[in-house]
Amino acid sequence: MTVAFYITAAIALLTTMRVVTHTNAVHALLYFVISLLSVALMFYLIGAPFVAALEVIIYAGAIMVLFLFVIMMLNVGEEHARQERDWLSRRFWAGPGVLCAALLAITAWVIIETAHPSVGHEVVGARDVGASLFGPYLIAVQLAALLLLGGLVGASHLRRHDRRTPLRTDGGKGGES
Amino acid sequence: MIAEIPMEHGLLIAAVLFCLGLLGLLVRRNLIIMLISVEIMLNAAGLAFIVAGAHWGQPDGQVMFIFILTMAAAEVAVGLAVILQFYWKHHSLDADLASTMKG
Amino acid sequence: MYDLVWLLPALPFAGFLVLTLGGPRISRGACAWIACSTVGISTAIMLAFAVGFLIHPPAEHAHTLTLWRWIPLEAVGIPFSLRLDTLSQAMASVITGVGFLIHLYSTEYMKMDPDYNRFFAYLNLFVGFMLLLVLADNFVLLLVGWEGVGLCSYLLIGFWYRDPANGRAARKAFVVTRIGDAALLIGIFLIFAELGTLHIPEVLALAPERWELGSGVALAAALLILGGAVGKSAQLPLQTWLPDAMAGPTPVSALIHAATMVTAGVYLIARTHGLFELAPPAMQTVAVIGSVTLFTAACAALVQRDIKRVLAYSTISQIGYMFLALGVGAWAGALFHFMTHAWFKALLFLAAGAVINALHHEQDLFRMGGLRKKLPLVFWTFLIGAACLAALPLVTSGFYSKEKLLWDVWISPYGGPWFWAVAMAGAFVTALYSARLVALVFFGPARTQVSARPGGRVGFVLVILAIWSLIGGGIELPHTFAHVTVFSDFVAMTIPTLVELPPGLDAQLWTLLAVASVIVVAGATLGAWLYGAGAPAREALAARTGAVHRFLMNGWEFDRLYDTILVRPYVRLAEWNRADGVDKAVFLITGLTRAAHVAIQRTQHGQLRRYAAGVATGAVIILLIMLFQ
Repeated sequence: MTVAFYITAAIALLTTMRVVTHTNAVHALLYFVISLLSVALMFYLIGAPFVAALEVIIYAGAIMVLFLFVIMMLNVGEEHARQERDWLSRRFWAGPGVLCAALLAITAWVIIETAHPSVGHEVVGARDVGASLFGPYLIAVQLAALLLLGGLVGASHLRRHDRRTPLRTDGGKGGES
Repeated sequence: MIAEIPMEHGLLIAAVLFCLGLLGLLVRRNLIIMLISVEIMLNAAGLAFIVAGAHWGQPDGQVMFIFILTMAAAEVAVGLAVILQFYWKHHSLDADLASTMKG
Repeated sequence: MYDLVWLLPALPFAGFLVLTLGGPRISRGACAWIACSTVGISTAIMLAFAVGFLIHPPAEHAHTLTLWRWIPLEAVGIPFSLRLDTLSQAMASVITGVGFLIHLYSTEYMKMDPDYNRFFAYLNLFVGFMLLLVLADNFVLLLVGWEGVGLCSYLLIGFWYRDPANGRAARKAFVVTRIGDAALLIGIFLIFAELGTLHIPEVLALAPERWELGSGVALAAALLILGGAVGKSAQLPLQTWLPDAMAGPTPVSALIHAATMVTAGVYLIARTHGLFELAPPAMQTVAVIGSVTLFTAACAALVQRDIKRVLAYSTISQIGYMFLALGVGAWAGALFHFMTHAWFKALLFLAAGAVINALHHEQDLFRMGGLRKKLPLVFWTFLIGAACLAALPLVTSGFYSKEKLLWDVWISPYGGPWFWAVAMAGAFVTALYSARLVALVFFGPARTQVSARPGGRVGFVLVILAIWSLIGGGIELPHTFAHVTVFSDFVAMTIPTLVELPPGLDAQLWTLLAVASVIVVAGATLGAWLYGAGAPAREALAARTGAVHRFLMNGWEFDRLYDTILVRPYVRLAEWNRADGVDKAVFLITGLTRAAHVAIQRTQHGQLRRYAAGVATGAVIILLIMLFQ
């Protein structure tokens, strides 16, 4: 089973890399779904079957479908793909690449420096998680519910399309309206 | 059906995923891809929690992941609504167009 | 009775307060009543004091009233105390008497002015400060009065402030006298540092004990005080402000710039006579300044066209006589001349004011003339004033005061024939320009129509002053005439005289009196002939002496001299030094702030990616710090 873990990890990394580099938003999204599914498998393999299920259902299912809907709504075409390719030219990568490499190096160094035992001895199932959620974390659950409510209200407010602002047809140069 | 792996491997994978998400956030100008990159980073953080929780054999890591999931859902809802508004206004997804507040 | 002395300055101050706080709510009639009554009551009190001193002088001929502890210090407390002695009485009686008459005159003279109340408020304030100055018994209180009258002088010269020239004249007066005031202040510091007290009688008592005759400290103190006196009294080299000060209303010129404030320097030197007696070089300096000033100013007065500038230069010249007398130790002579000068110069100014008013604010002598018939009262009073100024023999008070002064100069150990000769030359020029003044204003053809005649109050004041100018000299007569020494005895109660009269000099005195009379009459006759006979002689004279004429007209070009050697270099220095080190240091702060602003502003680029990069960089840095701690 250890081999399976490393294979899924490799798949997750590769697909995530494609997400970052792909010019087509729909394709990038689909790669991300694969990445999420791999991560869900990893969860399952190290003894967390409950969150693995949540990952598949909520993340890969609900949230990603939301993304997909929005992309479909905006209906970005071939023109956008070409623009994306222009934006992804080599010169834009140097600074962020160095920064991310530095961050990764530091984090990796910290992780490796500290000695760790292995993980994945036992399965922590949905019962334990549920008991914990509605036991010591009850207040946090309520706060999370509040957060979701806030997100709901915010989204439903922001969604409204004000008809009085005319649709811009000049390609959106400049920020003032 | 449990994989015995060293803890640092799990954490390293989480770190690499996080950095990839950060890279995407910094490099891309498409607002949707930037939002996806943020999701990648959140997911990586969740992975780190799960790995740590598995080490102790306690449910706390998974609880934290559920909270992250909640937050990600709320964030995506609001973020996508903002992106829609942005697109209607600018007819583009270029994040650099939203720079009217520069000093 | 003498404890009422606090009322003297308090009444005018109260009048000032009422007029200032009341402002335009007080009607003109009430304003005139308040202003005149406060000074009038002060005058009455003053007269009562003077009579009391003559009949029954208090112990030590002085009365000190301490009102309250003013500046309590550990080493030496400075009380708010007034000292009434014969010197301050001589000054205060003139201030209140002339001040009251000028207030009365102003009620009519200023009646057309929109700022009637402000004028009387300032005038009352001036009288209050002037009385404080002469009654103060310590240097600090004296300085308060000294600066207060300077302030009032500034306010009243610039009374018609809408004309920028008046404001300039006021500023000039303020700045030039300030030079002298700085010297006086340093002198006061020096006295305090050396003697440890500021109480004037104590200073005069301590100085001869601590300082030897002719010592450097005494000389320095005397010269510094002299600096203050020179600035206030418009003597060389600080005389340039007084002619310009004529920009103020004529009653102001009469009160402040002729009768009272400008003689504060004379009072100061007389008050601190003990210090000057310790420093003979300082006495010599006073005498030299006085004699040079009296002659130069008299020459300048000879050629002026503006009637008030003639009188201003003549004031400088007459105060020069007082300084000469002070320099030779003739305290009583100086003060006697101060007294008569206050009467007749106030008379001249007020009469000139009546003339100016009658001719619709015409001040040019060469546009006057022929007023003898049209303004007979003004003519006769002005004539009396001019005669006093010229010291016409026997009938005028100016003759008696000037002859006493000259006689003292002749016999004083500090004086001598040379000073006397200069003074006689000045007297000749004085007679000349007095005659010129009368001839140009009142004789010859009329050149401007008379538009207004002086009313009752103006006439009354002129007559009173004229009568005093005629008979006022009777309180002190040359001993060859009669033995009347009321005034010098009165002054000697406070200041012991230095000029002892050696016996057996009657013949000399007769000779001097005769010589002086001849010179004065000759000068007056010459002036009457030159300017009375008509234009030809005058124009020929002016044409032949063009350059000299211009030189004298501009007051010996002192203004240009100071402008060249002081004002312009200073202005140039200031411009050159505009961006000095301190400025640079200050501007560095603003410059750095602005540079930092620009630099930080660059980070506000509005691009989301770069903000995210900033957050990531911060995370990296924080992690690094945590790792390597």
